[in-house]
Amino acid sequence: MNFMASKQPENSLLGPEADSQRTLYPNVTGTSVVALKYKDGILMAADMGGSYGSTLRYKNVERMKAIGKHSLLGASGEISDFQEILRYLDDLILYDNMWDDGNSLGPKEVHNYLTRLMYNRRNKFNPLWNSLVLGGIKNGEKYLGTVSMIGVNFEDDHVATGFGNHLARPILRQEWHENLSFEDGVRLLEKCMRVLLYRDRSAINKLQIAKITEEGMTISQPYSLKTYWEFSAFENPTQGAVGSW
Amino acid sequence: MDLNMDLNAPHSMGTTIIGVTYNGGVVLGADSRTSTGMYVANRASDKITQLTDNVYVCRSGSAADSQLVSDYVRYFLHQHTIQLGQPATVKVAANLIRLLSYSNKNMLETGLIVGGWDKYEGGKIYGIPLGGTLIEQPFAIGGSGSSYLYGFFDQAWKEGMTKDEAEQLVVKAVSLAIARDGASGGVVRTVVINSEGVTRNFYPGDKLQLWHEELEPQNSLLDILNSPSPEPMNI
Repeated sequence: MNFMASKQPENSLLGPEADSQRTLYPNVTGTSVVALKYKDGILMAADMGGSYGSTLRYKNVERMKAIGKHSLLGASGEISDFQEILRYLDDLILYDNMWDDGNSLGPKEVHNYLTRLMYNRRNKFNPLWNSLVLGGIKNGEKYLGTVSMIGVNFEDDHVATGFGNHLARPILRQEWHENLSFEDGVRLLEKCMRVLLYRDRSAINKLQIAKITEEGMTISQPYSLKTYWEFSAFENPTQGAVGSW
Repeated sequence: MDLNMDLNAPHSMGTTIIGVTYNGGVVLGADSRTSTGMYVANRASDKITQLTDNVYVCRSGSAADSQLVSDYVRYFLHQHTIQLGQPATVKVAANLIRLLSYSNKNMLETGLIVGGWDKYEGGKIYGIPLGGTLIEQPFAIGGSGSSYLYGFFDQAWKEGMTKDEAEQLVVKAVSLAIARDGASGGVVRTVVINSEGVTRNFYPGDKLQLWHEELEPQNSLLDILNSPSPEPMNI
């Protein structure tokens, strides 16, 4: 008697049942991460939402974490896969420290490791369902890069994941410049996050901004942004066209 | 992005719409978010549409379908009012909506809540979900956001509320749904209909009550960082 129901569909192209661990679709997801280079290092922003499909289920998820002494990792996509990546990076940093040779992995090296990780999983048709932003500064050199779930990677002065690419990058292309002050950087990120709050269905109004400089990494307390709804057109949108939206 | 989408599952309708009766009329409420996929196409839409002077309808589901149905029913009701010689009843308006929804059930994707006041029956709410069922109810909820409100209404709904109690209930409910449903958001709009007439109200997103794990909005992180530290304790 076979009580165990098979998880494999009949018309499957997949291999043996042993790989029932593969990610087919994400369950709990985080939305955009936005980051930019500024005078002293990197500034990164992400909201604290973990969506479960269209439900805004978890509202206290930290999607940015420090890696070693010099790097900051932000992730969007499947939260469980992000947690797995943090475990991999823990091992990486641990072994780096075990050498005890005075050298430590910088952001460029961590970014390269993540690229290899993501691309190799993609090749096995079992991706880590994340888009990652890796920023940091070592010996005065600022670094900001991104890796997608299929292994596409690049670095730039400002990067974003998901909806951030469509809504935040255009703003950053206009208003980013070399040697932004901390205040200007924060204001610019908040401008981007506010637009995402208006226009991204999976965004929530609770965010953190993280900063990484030569001194180290700090992450702000969670806070909310003010939003503007008082346009007269918003109060009476159907005045000129009864029955419209 | 999922490779395993069930293409035969019913489309979940973006929106939260509510209609409640009280001891003198009805209160209709809705959020203001229209989305195309994950993008918010309109963050300040008006989902509560006029059919006659005394009957309004809350729309959810396909924007196109709900607009067409409302437009046809408004047109029919206009002719009906002329022929009848007096304002149309809420029941007639609801039945016209039902006629269109039922006879085109394979092609339409819209859930509607009809609410209004007439001199014969007072305030009435009719729910008309997908498929064209007509159901008269003391209160009705609809749209994807309504999933989060069944428990809330089971507990909070009471017969014979006052106008202000009913409106506050509707605003609170839409606001709760907005907090948890990604497809609902923006502002809360209400329409109160009774023997005296119709009143439209507007509750912007930043004026609504804060729920669990929501924080007081700030202008900027810089204000928080620059604010004075709390007083140390005195022993």
